[in-house]
Amino acid sequence: MANDSTFLHSRRGLPQELVETQRWIEGVARAYGLDFCDTIFEMCDWEEINMLAAYGGFPTRYPHWRFGMEYISLDKGYEYGLQKIYEMVINTRPSYAYLLDNNTMMDQKLVMAHVFGHVDFFTNNAWFAHTNRRMLDQMANHATRVRRHINAQGQDTVEHFIDMCLSLENLIDPYLPHIRRERSEIERQREADRQTSGPAKMPAKQYMDKYINPPEFLEQQRQRQVDRQQQQTHFPVEPVRDVLGFLLKHGRMKPWQSDILSIIRDEAMYFAPQGQTKIMNEGWACYWHTTMMTRDLLTDAEVIDYADHHSGTVSMRPGQLNPYKLGLELYRDIEDRWNKGRFGKDWLDCKDVAVKRDWDTGAGLGRQKIFEVRKTHNDVTFVDEFLTEHFVREQGIFTYEYDKTAHHFVVDSREFADVKHKLLLMLATRGNPRIEVTDANHGNHGELELTHHHEGVDLQLQWAKQALGSVAQIWGRGAHLRTRVDDGDVILHHDGDHFTIEKLTKAGPKQEKT
Amino acid sequence: MSLNIDNDIHRFKQIVRGKVRRDLRKYMSSTEMIGKEKGRAVRVPLPQIGIPRFRYGKNDTGGIGQGDGEKGDAVDGQTDPAQGQGQAGNQPGEHVLEAEITLEELAEIMGEELELPRIEPKGKKQIKAERDRYTGISRVGPESLRHTRRTFREALKRQIASGTWSPSNPRIIPIRDDKRYRSWTTKAEPQSSAVIIYMMDVSGSMGREQKEIVRLEAFWIDLWLQHNYKNVQNRFIIHDAAAREVDRDTFFRTRESGGTLISSAYQLCWEIIQSDYPPSEWNIYPFHFSDGDNWSKADTEKCLALLKQQMVPAVNQFSYAQVDSDYGSGQFYDDMQGAFADDERVTLSRIPDRDHIMDSIKELLGKGR
Repeated sequence: MANDSTFLHSRRGLPQELVETQRWIEGVARAYGLDFCDTIFEMCDWEEINMLAAYGGFPTRYPHWRFGMEYISLDKGYEYGLQKIYEMVINTRPSYAYLLDNNTMMDQKLVMAHVFGHVDFFTNNAWFAHTNRRMLDQMANHATRVRRHINAQGQDTVEHFIDMCLSLENLIDPYLPHIRRERSEIERQREADRQTSGPAKMPAKQYMDKYINPPEFLEQQRQRQVDRQQQQTHFPVEPVRDVLGFLLKHGRMKPWQSDILSIIRDEAMYFAPQGQTKIMNEGWACYWHTTMMTRDLLTDAEVIDYADHHSGTVSMRPGQLNPYKLGLELYRDIEDRWNKGRFGKDWLDCKDVAVKRDWDTGAGLGRQKIFEVRKTHNDVTFVDEFLTEHFVREQGIFTYEYDKTAHHFVVDSREFADVKHKLLLMLATRGNPRIEVTDANHGNHGELELTHHHEGVDLQLQWAKQALGSVAQIWGRGAHLRTRVDDGDVILHHDGDHFTIEKLTKAGPKQEKT
Repeated sequence: MSLNIDNDIHRFKQIVRGKVRRDLRKYMSSTEMIGKEKGRAVRVPLPQIGIPRFRYGKNDTGGIGQGDGEKGDAVDGQTDPAQGQGQAGNQPGEHVLEAEITLEELAEIMGEELELPRIEPKGKKQIKAERDRYTGISRVGPESLRHTRRTFREALKRQIASGTWSPSNPRIIPIRDDKRYRSWTTKAEPQSSAVIIYMMDVSGSMGREQKEIVRLEAFWIDLWLQHNYKNVQNRFIIHDAAAREVDRDTFFRTRESGGTLISSAYQLCWEIIQSDYPPSEWNIYPFHFSDGDNWSKADTEKCLALLKQQMVPAVNQFSYAQVDSDYGSGQFYDDMQGAFADDERVTLSRIPDRDHIMDSIKELLGKGR
């Protein structure tokens, strides 16, 4: 184990020149109104930076092979010249960011400017409000706990369980920290029922009571009530999106297993806002590095290298959408529109193209607006609110589909409505199908039933089979998943050992598994 | 220097090599080693293990792109989902790295990944040859080696720094100091010659999959030997009951049916060696691929005799790789093993399926002869 008091193995303070540079850039950034917590820059060589990247930015993680895999991939990628990590910053307080030691001064300035954009975003964006800012300690704590379990249970056992948890890592509810869910009306009523009413009695005068309602009869009544309640009680009352949380609360696990599951869930929840704000966050950081570099920080001799480097960052591979680029352009578009007063009722009601083209009320609200936007939006609401037809046309954005006969992707549409719809759908799901717990007592056997909200795309069955197996193992009894395959309703069953698919006839009564 | 992550790296490698957690190996991707060969771009084999998740399947929703193109035009740069692993890259670490690297670099990597020893060229023709490689940039050099792009970049930098560049009249005039030239290093390489003679059984029992396995394996063997010898020649022999020499294309395409007389191929191979490649001057590597279902015991005897008395003493290494097929008995492998168990000039390998190609190559070439 590394000495806990050092952050990295070879902690190196910044050279004096960079310390001064940092102070300078910090001043520039604050002058623009960026508001960020203390940021500590660490010097790393490329092995260290690859390690940190494999670890998601943190110096210590629990032992797991996938970090090694990630590292090898980054390492080879660097070696073959495919990729290089330019900057990395983590959402903690104080915030840590890493500089590659063989970068040029221009690169370092660029990275610092970019990082201050990110840290401002972490500090102010509402979706990060509930993240654990002491995650650095938390991650180290997780590592210690997992190591302890490994010592007690053996590496293969623990690792196998971690793999199972990781296979369900995407079944969390990223909105959970932001909402205090009201318990539903039905549930409250039922709760009240349970507490007030005793077993149903026959009406009787007090002195006759023990004859009319003898203990045996009361017992019978009570039993009946319990039965009825059990039949009615559907648990959970409403679908639960936080599948991991549900398993944690109600699954039959050993204490060490619960602990591991809670670790995986904590970490997934911690990283979730970064997934929800990728376009906004990167766009914001790019906006600020371009603004600061070109107006304040660059020396004449650095311009070319900067342009080269920056264009690499926001370049588009043919036909692909770069989140850095999209975010940056959207912020610029918003700034431009609010500077020229191109918003509100008058603007929307105006149908005259010529007037619209020259529209400029001199409102000058652009900068203010983008600061406001970065505070409250996430990628979904950002795109929903600010993607305009004009923007889609200017940027040449299109949707593509897979052409089954030609076996490649083809351009499908350049219509604004189509593009927006598809983009929103992609952002809302982020490649993760929405799966919820719908019944914790499936078939009255205490088995777990999940339901997949089918949005036109089938699940990858091979993988669903394995993941459902993980659910069954963690739940402790059979697991079932309602979904659609080839336009027919199906239910997948996994009892921990075996997997079956049952086709549900659309109209008829559902067939129970035999 | 050691890193925290070293243990995880070690663990991952052990899993990939099948030493621990064998249950995970089934999730391994990119065991296929030649993905696409577009020009000289080759897919780099980085083993990746995907943790199974609930995720979208084959009828992918498509996505959002940016750039030119009319409705119906092909979108570049999108992976074909039919090839698997085609997730649109929103999950880190689930992509297959594709690199533009030369075959030579690939061979280096291969040596590293497979831990293959470098072959020491034997023989009489150990003449050193000198070879120039352009590897760097220098400030001086002949004009014919001028690196125009670098030169102009330097000129642009200088003009901007000195304030003589104007955006309205963006003329860049390199001066002497701006000029950059390609520079080279000279490496001495032993000049030696090798011939690889590929023999393949194309009898009815060798199916498409078996051929594909042979093709992949031959590709990598060829690559490795090319890397080790300056001058490699390839000869191809196919055989069923009779053998004939063919070109590379035919070698991999032909499917014939009929019986199997392995001796016919060995006989032809030996004739080729005798007429074209005197063993004193050539490094000779015959490879034979078959499903091991020889026609008769007598023919097997004939093969073994020919190998023992004439061929094996003359060549660097004789390799026999047996592909498992549904039809073949695979007896020939056992016969070979019986005859050459102790002879290190003969290497034998069995290839149960596609996933074992790398293991097999290691078995065949791992001795570094």
